Amino acid sequence: FLSLFLLLVTSEQIEHLHRRFKQLSGDQPTIRKEHFDNIPDLEFNPIRSKIVHAFFDKRNLRQESDGLADEINFEDFLTIMSYFRPIEMNMDEEQLDHFRKEKLKFLFHMYDSDHDGKITLQEYRNVVEELLSGNPHLEKESARSIADGAMMEAASICVGQMEPDQVYEGITFEDFLKIWQGIDIETKMHVRFLNMETIAQCH
Amino acid sequence: MSSDTTPRYEPGEAEDSLRDERLHVFKVNYYYVQIPCEVTLWILLASLAKIGFHLYHRLPRLMPESCLQIAVGVLVGAIIFGTDHKTPPVMNTNIYFLYLLPPIVLKEGYFMPTRPFFENIGSILWWSVLGALLNAFGIGLSLYAICQIEAFGLTDVDLLQNLLFGSMISAVDPVAALAVFEEASVNEQLYMMIFGESLLNDGITVVLYNIFIAFSQMHRYEEIESVDVLAGFARFFVVGLGGILFGIVFGFVSAFMTRFTQNISSIEPLLVFMFSYLSYLSAETLYISGILAMTACAVTMKKYVEENVSQNSYTTIKYFMKMLSSVSETLIFVFMGVSTVGKNHEWNWAFVSFTLLFCLVWRAISVFALFYISNKFRTYPFTAKDQLIISYSGLRGASSFSLAFLLHASLFPRKKMFITATLVVIYFTVFIQGITIGPLVKYLDVKKTNKKESINEEVHMRLMDHLKAGIEDICGHWGHYQLRDKFKKFDNKYLKKILIRKNEPKSSIVSLYKKLEIRQAIEMAESGMISSAASTASFQVHRLSPEEVESMRDMLAHNLYQVRQRAPSYNRYTLGTETSEKQAKEILIRRQNSLRQSLRKGHSLPWGRPVPVCKLLFVDSDHVVSAMFSSQRRLRSLESKQQHKEIIPMAQLNRRAEPSDFTAQTGSSSKLDRSATIRRPALMPKPQFGTAVMRRYESDEEEEAAAAASRQSVKRATEKRDVHFHKAQRRK
Repeated sequence: FLSLFLLLVTSEQIEHLHRRFKQLSGDQPTIRKEHFDNIPDLEFNPIRSKIVHAFFDKRNLRQESDGLADEINFEDFLTIMSYFRPIEMNMDEEQLDHFRKEKLKFLFHMYDSDHDGKITLQEYRNVVEELLSGNPHLEKESARSIADGAMMEAASICVGQMEPDQVYEGITFEDFLKIWQGIDIETKMHVRFLNMETIAQCH
Repeated sequence: MSSDTTPRYEPGEAEDSLRDERLHVFKVNYYYVQIPCEVTLWILLASLAKIGFHLYHRLPRLMPESCLQIAVGVLVGAIIFGTDHKTPPVMNTNIYFLYLLPPIVLKEGYFMPTRPFFENIGSILWWSVLGALLNAFGIGLSLYAICQIEAFGLTDVDLLQNLLFGSMISAVDPVAALAVFEEASVNEQLYMMIFGESLLNDGITVVLYNIFIAFSQMHRYEEIESVDVLAGFARFFVVGLGGILFGIVFGFVSAFMTRFTQNISSIEPLLVFMFSYLSYLSAETLYISGILAMTACAVTMKKYVEENVSQNSYTTIKYFMKMLSSVSETLIFVFMGVSTVGKNHEWNWAFVSFTLLFCLVWRAISVFALFYISNKFRTYPFTAKDQLIISYSGLRGASSFSLAFLLHASLFPRKKMFITATLVVIYFTVFIQGITIGPLVKYLDVKKTNKKESINEEVHMRLMDHLKAGIEDICGHWGHYQLRDKFKKFDNKYLKKILIRKNEPKSSIVSLYKKLEIRQAIEMAESGMISSAASTASFQVHRLSPEEVESMRDMLAHNLYQVRQRAPSYNRYTLGTETSEKQAKEILIRRQNSLRQSLRKGHSLPWGRPVPVCKLLFVDSDHVVSAMFSSQRRLRSLESKQQHKEIIPMAQLNRRAEPSDFTAQTGSSSKLDRSATIRRPALMPKPQFGTAVMRRYESDEEEEAAAAASRQSVKRATEKRDVHFHKAQRRK
């Protein structure tokens, strides 16, 4: 996947990303979590910790093991960036499907913080709380209710009519795919830099 | 004598008619009410036709509503013509521009979906502005070329008139196309392009129209110099941009006003309408585009006004706007119908047919040319299919007709020909293209969108926005999302504080959730929950889906909070009906009252109070969850009392069974169950007990690593139950 990505990205863009990588890491070959604190605008992002976490998540880095890496090198950095490239018009069905799954997997990993392959109610609540954390007027109650409601919705989509004794443990990746079926993530989850000239640079 | 008995006949009546010979008991005076009466009759007729249209199911799928409106107009026109009735002068320049046009424009602007509009704004602006210009000049110039041909007898129509006609006829009115798109739920981008075009197109066309009219009125217009052309060009920009700025200013002022109207919510709709109208009028005073001003005003105002006004005002604004614009449209179409069946025609085969041809051709040219260029800058270019649909949806409508109708006959000797040509184009596009665009969309299998309003979707979208902004921050680029984020920050920091009441910025997830909850709460309350007994498995809700969702929620809650499931005796299917039913009734009544109260006051459900639905849903057996959702304060006092009581039996049980190993645990579990069963009458009614346990569970959860505990509680019923109980006991 990474090699496919590298084929489609110009050397100019890789140059740029490399420069940025060096800037973040302070000319070191690897980046650690602390380096992300230097980005001022990221401070205000409510899901900052999840985003940073995602960079070090071994599942996203396509490593066989699980858990969190301590540091990542430039190749890993590019790997993460590759999740955000826009789809090309000349992709075939299979590639598109694979692409879509990859993006959704990335998202799934953001929700599933304990790496057990399921998004449980608590994890979902966590996400919603973080999302709404930028708003001081909302109580935790509200976030909880929203997460619960969303979870129930998910249950009704994924499992349909459940037996009285059935247990709905959490959203698995298959369920997640089902929820996202109608929404085209390909058009939504991309960052423009990857096929356009840079517009400005923030330091 | 007679003058005393007939005071109504005062102004303008001849002396003779005042003097009757006898006192009339019964008199008819139609002329007094003629104008309003006829207008009302037309509107009523159109409304009746609409009712009939929608009652007969197959019609809306076959043809767009505009066809119906035109048909009604023609019918009325035929009647008027047939009876040789003198039509009341309802339509002239002033009335059209001052009274008939603003409501239509306002409605379009107000109901515009802002987010997709601004996401695509680059493409939309490029396409609307340049498309209108290209169409206008293209059609005008081509027609001028045709007019030069002697054989057609059109040589007296000079360049300026042709250009004017071109600008008039390029006013697109894709209401019909939009209706088709909405029904077929085509993808958002396509919808937005056409919507955006319709929004801006009117304004631009009118601007062009006015510029050309101004040219025609110039003193020595035969000698127009390049200076004037440049001036016209500059004027175009001034008028357009000035209009938008004006609108934004008025939008902010009106939003600011609505901040203070808590106590007199009945004037809120008035404020909204009057300020929008004022923006239109003041822009027109300065010869700036009133249409663009009003559109910008509506768009700016909407966000803040919706936060500030009460629920009732919000509904009033929506419906009143729709009503007004519907009235205007009807009147315009009636006039169109009247003109069709009138004597205002001049048929010229060449002009009419070439107009039609050039309209279609130039639209296609402009679409393909402009999109070819803009596709290079878009991440998701429009396919050829999309472009074909866009070029096919160039329906003309009321605005072209009105502009043609209002030409000064003195300046435009061939006015009738213009009207005829315009009418032909309108009829062709609305009837033929309007009817066939539906099948065309289906045939081409245009990409569809899934417009489901679900909480999940909202949450995911939000997450994605932040994610994208974060990634952009990390790789050090500015993009769309950063700009949008920055605007939102600015908005939250300054604008919202000034313009919104009580400084409570609500996030979109919360408002969506609230909306869904309100909807469901009302549905539930309406379907008569009181009558549904809890004796059988689940609620006897009349509608299927709430029941499904309800049972779903039940299931989830039931399983996520396993702690309550002790023994079959506590299973919700065999639960004694009495206590739960009474409680259900009580809670339901309480909730319904508070719901009714809050709705009456005109406030949407206050967020601070517990959301009724959750309470309603879990009335059956899952009081636990309901307790969780409800205000903790009220139950805590109860809980504390029960907790104390609960602890004692639990502690006693603990002493009896040591949690050494698993078997012991299961052993103790059965003991627990048995003892619990025995103790059942002694315990408080189930809900509170459940609540108490829940509370302890909650505190556990907060204190421990939540994930582990909750997951376990979900998975294995028996073991977890006991482990949990033991944990709880250990704590105490």
